[in-house]
Amino acid sequence: MNSRMFARVALAAWVAVSGSGVAAAAPLANVLLKNGIIFTQSALSTLDTGDVLITDGKVAAIGRTLDASPGVEVIDLKGRPVTPALFGGLSFLGVQEIEEESATDDTTLKLGQMRPEFEPALAFNPDAVPVAVARAEGIGFSVIVPGAQAGDNGAPGSSIVNGLASVASVDGRSPRAPAALTVTLGEGGAALAGNSRAAAFMLLAQALEEARSPQRLGSLEPGRLLTPAGGRVLASYIGTQKPVIFFADRASDIRAIVDFCERHELRPMIAGGAEAWRVAPLLARARVPVILDPFDSLPESFDSIGTTLENAARLNSAGVTITFSLRSLLPRDVRKLRQGAGNAVAHGLPWKAALAALTNTPARLFGADADFGTIEVGKAANLVVWSGDPLEVTSVAEASWLDGRRQTMRSRQTELRDRYLPKVLSGTAR
Amino acid sequence: MRVIRTRAVRCTVLSVLGAALTVVALAAPTAAPIVVSANPYPSTYAPADAAAVLIRNATVLTGTGTRLDATDVLLRGGSIEAIGTGLPAPEGVRIVEAKGRWLTPGLIDVHSHLGVYPSPKVSAHQDGNEATSPVTANVWAEHSVWPEDPGFALALAGGITTLEILPGSANLIGGRSVVLKNVAAVTYQGMKFPDAPQGLKMACGENPKRVYGSRNQAPSTRMGNVAGDRAQWIEAQEYLRDEQDYEAKLRSGGKEAADAKPPKRDLRLDTLAAALKGEIPLQIHCYRADEMAIMLDMSKEFGFRIASFHHATEAYKIANLLAERGVCAAMWADWWGFKMEANDGIEENIAFVDAVPDGCAIVHSDSDEGIQRLNQEAAKAMTRGRLVGIDVKPERAITWLTRNPARALGILDRTGTIEPGKMADVVVWNGNPFSVYALADEVYIDGVVAYDRTQKIVPPRSDFMLGQPAMVGVTP
Repeated sequence: MNSRMFARVALAAWVAVSGSGVAAAAPLANVLLKNGIIFTQSALSTLDTGDVLITDGKVAAIGRTLDASPGVEVIDLKGRPVTPALFGGLSFLGVQEIEEESATDDTTLKLGQMRPEFEPALAFNPDAVPVAVARAEGIGFSVIVPGAQAGDNGAPGSSIVNGLASVASVDGRSPRAPAALTVTLGEGGAALAGNSRAAAFMLLAQALEEARSPQRLGSLEPGRLLTPAGGRVLASYIGTQKPVIFFADRASDIRAIVDFCERHELRPMIAGGAEAWRVAPLLARARVPVILDPFDSLPESFDSIGTTLENAARLNSAGVTITFSLRSLLPRDVRKLRQGAGNAVAHGLPWKAALAALTNTPARLFGADADFGTIEVGKAANLVVWSGDPLEVTSVAEASWLDGRRQTMRSRQTELRDRYLPKVLSGTAR
Repeated sequence: MRVIRTRAVRCTVLSVLGAALTVVALAAPTAAPIVVSANPYPSTYAPADAAAVLIRNATVLTGTGTRLDATDVLLRGGSIEAIGTGLPAPEGVRIVEAKGRWLTPGLIDVHSHLGVYPSPKVSAHQDGNEATSPVTANVWAEHSVWPEDPGFALALAGGITTLEILPGSANLIGGRSVVLKNVAAVTYQGMKFPDAPQGLKMACGENPKRVYGSRNQAPSTRMGNVAGDRAQWIEAQEYLRDEQDYEAKLRSGGKEAADAKPPKRDLRLDTLAAALKGEIPLQIHCYRADEMAIMLDMSKEFGFRIASFHHATEAYKIANLLAERGVCAAMWADWWGFKMEANDGIEENIAFVDAVPDGCAIVHSDSDEGIQRLNQEAAKAMTRGRLVGIDVKPERAITWLTRNPARALGILDRTGTIEPGKMADVVVWNGNPFSVYALADEVYIDGVVAYDRTQKIVPPRSDFMLGQPAMVGVTP
């Protein structure tokens, strides 16, 4: 029995039991993908007609005319593109089921305390429906970030230091150790810092000072911002290569962040960055990557008057490293990120740069490149076969392997589709 | 048109009422007659004179379900004059070579909050929901529209020539909508689509019961929503009855007409009575199939006409029912899951609604981002349909963005398709519009070039964006 058949049989058996589209883990794949366009996103670049051999879940060979040993399933891709499984951006995937049902939302700490040690990925639920939906649409991994919200009606809100961000795979594995710390500045930060963006820098500087003074970590003097655990977490971001993601949009705020990080020995990334193109030379010089929303087009606030659909193109041509994330952070939007990348291409970003921003670049930026982001010999197979151009809205993900295992392309949504399609076709949808 | 005191009258009874009021005025010579306008905030939009344009050799999606290859379209006098191959060029006509490019009707978004929730999202401009009472049928969205919203210009770059601006969905009955042409103007009246009917916005489900229930006020449940709606329609029926009695007395002439006292005017009931008379179609925010079915029954109970359900994430479950009742569904391609009533959204929704006999599928945005690329939203829906064997061709999918929304807004006789005599609302795309890479090259509104992609450096349309230092280039 080949692995494709196995997947189908396993799925059928599972559906018979539960009626759901979630499959049990498939075995490690042994499969030869033939005649695809292979976007390796590695030093091998792109094979216009190429094969990928997966043995025991690992990429065993990439080449032009590979042969399969007996027992290995062969799939003729007939010219379909193959890419590394895509990045879903920063998101609440797996930690929020329904945005407006707070009981299903573990994203945001609202204690009115600065808790850098808050790690929402500890609440990650691989069985959340949006995870399966993302998987069925060619996503491989996302960075689970903490939210930030002011308190309502005098209730405590979040802190400018939101907590820890972690890479999560969508194949059911637990998230990894945190990849970054996130901080909200700009207009949003001001709302969390006594209504002044200047105060946000003041509080952050104080917290860093506390973190730099471990001898004082046990003390509990009034006005203190951090718990001992929080101090240790924050200290681990000072003078190291661990990135701090700053949510900010206004050019002057971005400039201030770069300056602040130089003085405080932090390694910044900018998330949002609506006006980042205006300070592109500075960002290129300081090697600060930008995680931008390719749909940004309007001045959503006074922080983003200079918003343009050409942000990605302009940053890229200035030599700034970019990757993408949708501003909403909503699980439902994760699958839409590749459409955003396509729009960035329509507005001047080279196609290859757009694909890199969805694959190898974020994998590298968030320390997940041993697993994700490229198709390389020796790495676990994390790749997707597309019906056409992966950035095109008329293309879909047809097959996906994550961590070497073939994934089901079904979700609760395909179950609903298949329940109602016969009614639509027979004129009984009423 | 100015007419003498009555409520939201139809044109057909105006002359009778005018004569009657003359009598009243004579009987009370000291008081000036009370004059009530049937159209108190009229459109002042008049398209500029446009040179005739002959667009040649385009792939034309007519919006009537037809695709015409290598076809010419002549725009003259603000209208579409001719469609054909090898059309002769009238003298002085501007010729646009469109070989390899696609031409469609101007896109129409039936669900926008541009102007009422403009950018930037400052507190001073949160004008879309009069969330102070669950029923605000008295308010008109047009009185909140800020014409300087930068979102209008970006929607235009996405091919939007006409859009309906609605009040938000906090209320059971949110107020009247307005249909605008996407033209630059200082006042909303300068954008108002001439003689387009207003709509009436209602909302099912979670929003009204959450907004008011959280204030310990009705409605706090779905049954409360429905009871609240019905109480309003009952009042509107009484109001209409009083109005009809009064009109009958005026028509009878003589002393009875002279003594007739008009019923007290009420803006809220004006709107609801106009809906009962069929002058204002309903545009109902409703996600779930079961709730749409309730609203269909309610429309029968009271006799109002539902033009379309908006959002309608479960329209696919009742696609036949909607089609049989002649109601459109205005949908997103892939929004789902942000609240319980959107939890069953699927990417095939639009294609399923379209696939049944007489189905009326519309792609809407409800978003200042989505309105910039309705063509891409339709492309996603097309793709999902094809994957399950529903073959949607471009000439079909374009109807979701043009003909069907025009039908729902009551303006299909004037726009929404490429047919002779219709308004010259036309988009020339740089290729097949159902692509992530498609861009509108030129957008015509009433034959006037409203957008030209080659004109890269132009002052921003919005006064708000004018002179903003942040728009000016890179700093080191």
